Amino acid sequence: MAIGLHDSSFKNPVVRWVDQRLPVFTMLQKEYGTFPTPRNFNYFWNFGALAMINLMIMIATGVFLAMHYTAHVDHAFESVERIMRDVHYGWLIRYAHMNGAHMFFAVVFIHIWRGMYYGSYKAPRELLWMLGVVIFLLMMATAFMGYVLPWGQMSFWGATVITNLFSAIPLIGPEIVTYLWGGFSVDNPTLNRFFSLHFLLPFVIVGVVFLHVAALHITGSNNPLGIEPKGPQDTLPFHPYYTAKDSVGIVAYLGVFAFLIFFMPNYLGHADNYIPANPLVTPAHIVPEWYFLPFYAILRAVPDKLGGVILMFGAIAVLFVLPWLDTSPVRSMRFRPIARIAFLIFTVNFLVLTWVGARPAEGIYVLISQIGTTIYFAYFLVVLPALGKLERPLPLPESIARAVLGPKAQLGGGPIPGAATAQPMEKA
Amino acid sequence: MRIVKALAVALSLSVASPALAAEAPTPPDAGFSFNGLFGTFDRGALQRGFQVYKEVCSACHGMRLLSYRNLLDIGLTEDQVRAIAAEYQVTDGPNGDGEMFERPARLSDRFRSPFPNEQAARVANNGAYPVDLSVITKARKYGANYIHALLTGYTDPPAGVEMNPGMNWNTWFGGNQIAMPNVLNPGQVEFADGTEATVDQMARDVSTFLAWAAEPEMETRRQMGVKVLIFLAILGGLVYATKRKVWADVKH
Repeated sequence: MAIGLHDSSFKNPVVRWVDQRLPVFTMLQKEYGTFPTPRNFNYFWNFGALAMINLMIMIATGVFLAMHYTAHVDHAFESVERIMRDVHYGWLIRYAHMNGAHMFFAVVFIHIWRGMYYGSYKAPRELLWMLGVVIFLLMMATAFMGYVLPWGQMSFWGATVITNLFSAIPLIGPEIVTYLWGGFSVDNPTLNRFFSLHFLLPFVIVGVVFLHVAALHITGSNNPLGIEPKGPQDTLPFHPYYTAKDSVGIVAYLGVFAFLIFFMPNYLGHADNYIPANPLVTPAHIVPEWYFLPFYAILRAVPDKLGGVILMFGAIAVLFVLPWLDTSPVRSMRFRPIARIAFLIFTVNFLVLTWVGARPAEGIYVLISQIGTTIYFAYFLVVLPALGKLERPLPLPESIARAVLGPKAQLGGGPIPGAATAQPMEKA
Repeated sequence: MRIVKALAVALSLSVASPALAAEAPTPPDAGFSFNGLFGTFDRGALQRGFQVYKEVCSACHGMRLLSYRNLLDIGLTEDQVRAIAAEYQVTDGPNGDGEMFERPARLSDRFRSPFPNEQAARVANNGAYPVDLSVITKARKYGANYIHALLTGYTDPPAGVEMNPGMNWNTWFGGNQIAMPNVLNPGQVEFADGTEATVDQMARDVSTFLAWAAEPEMETRRQMGVKVLIFLAILGGLVYATKRKVWADVKH
């Protein structure tokens, strides 16, 4: 890029002055105004924007909670209740943050599910996908440490169980656990470092989200047909088409979120976490939050501790290499009759793992979690690599416009109403 | 869209029972006014329930997260609450001489706990620890229904069951052997409003009071929730209409 003032197309003198020196308006216009977006998104494509909104809600509510929270084993539980009782709208902030975590995972699970169904992880979007998996991992770490902060029974015992997993590492495991705890059990140093990291990690997530979005804007979005746009007849400017469509999704999302906050704020939580942490009393069943249950089920599926830990982390790690495990060049499962059934089974199996993760690890439940774990890994390691070779995909449409508009569509840039007519932002 | 619906159903089924059932049986629904989505607390029941707590439960159980001023919310007048607070002596200080001193409690003081610490509570209660009741209905799976069932669930142990020393049989307690004895007997308290103090009535009222104590924001929360949902419904309609208009000229 040439040195010198940016050649701004904005007329407003103030906007123009800024834009010449730091072309943020040009960038916004390019990335969120005229950005060419496939015209055939369905509502599953809302969930990326929803996740972004959710992250901002979590950070906003979290910052206010941190102003009133006390990270000390003697005061943490009580300080959370003081927020609920004595801080103006403290109950609203805290319930929004708490249920916001549930919403965040629900939204991100659907976002990931959409990526898997429509093959969004395939070339050239592998790195985009991998950055997403990094975000998911960071979210899990952040949520886990956040859950410890109210210092209830499940906070304490959940922290004890999960940090103890690292003791399964041969030779250095016990040492690592001592470093994680900052002592010889989960105690005040643990709570303090978890609070510090719980504050830090969301901003790391913001950084990786930025990279995720930056990578998205290089390759452009995938779409339900899984074929690349071939020209302007296949795309619409992001604004106003997808700003309008995302807004519909955002209001629906806020409706579900508000219903949880105002009418059943503790429904998704565990009652035991309103009992102050007591290192001397172990709860009858230590159950993680629902969004960890599938992975918890995989952890408990094998009797060997190290084996279980490897499988659990492997269940996430396998996502990193998914773009290379799936050997089919066809992205969307709409055109993959067998993979589509396999993915449906995978989806149901994931829900079964969620369910069985909340059951005690005994009797029939162990068998179910073993079968579930096998199906989970078989999908990635056997079914997807093999199907790419064996499956006969359905014929792909010629282009997005052809599929959407029917055979009458003029290829090569006919009069497409609405295309490339985004309003300049300064008018808005 | 079919996929969406199937997933929604599957998801709702899978999260329908996130918390694990303890060994204890499911208590019956006591039909509390506040248990519905839009329910509110009965002010009479709250005041009677506080009386039961004050005259019966508070001999062993604290509620340290509440302040006396919170009682203004259950419909007691400021004079009444000041008088209630003044019945308790709390430790304050140090004063100018560096001494701690006792004074009558004020509105801003927390509920005084019956025992100075857990050890003192255990010594006085045959080794058992009467838990703090501030958030008890949030800390038990079935909330107020459970408290009501527990308080009315004392019976003689079934034939052939060997009881541990000092334990009592309760239908609804996990493991059935509970250290807390049956404390509610007909006419245990005398309600000022003339309500007959049956065991069920007292259990019902004190469960209501404890539910309020655990979630004093519940009524405000639900009222705000109705407003927020109405707002979102209108906004949703407008946004959807906007989206339709924007997309009207585009086939997709």
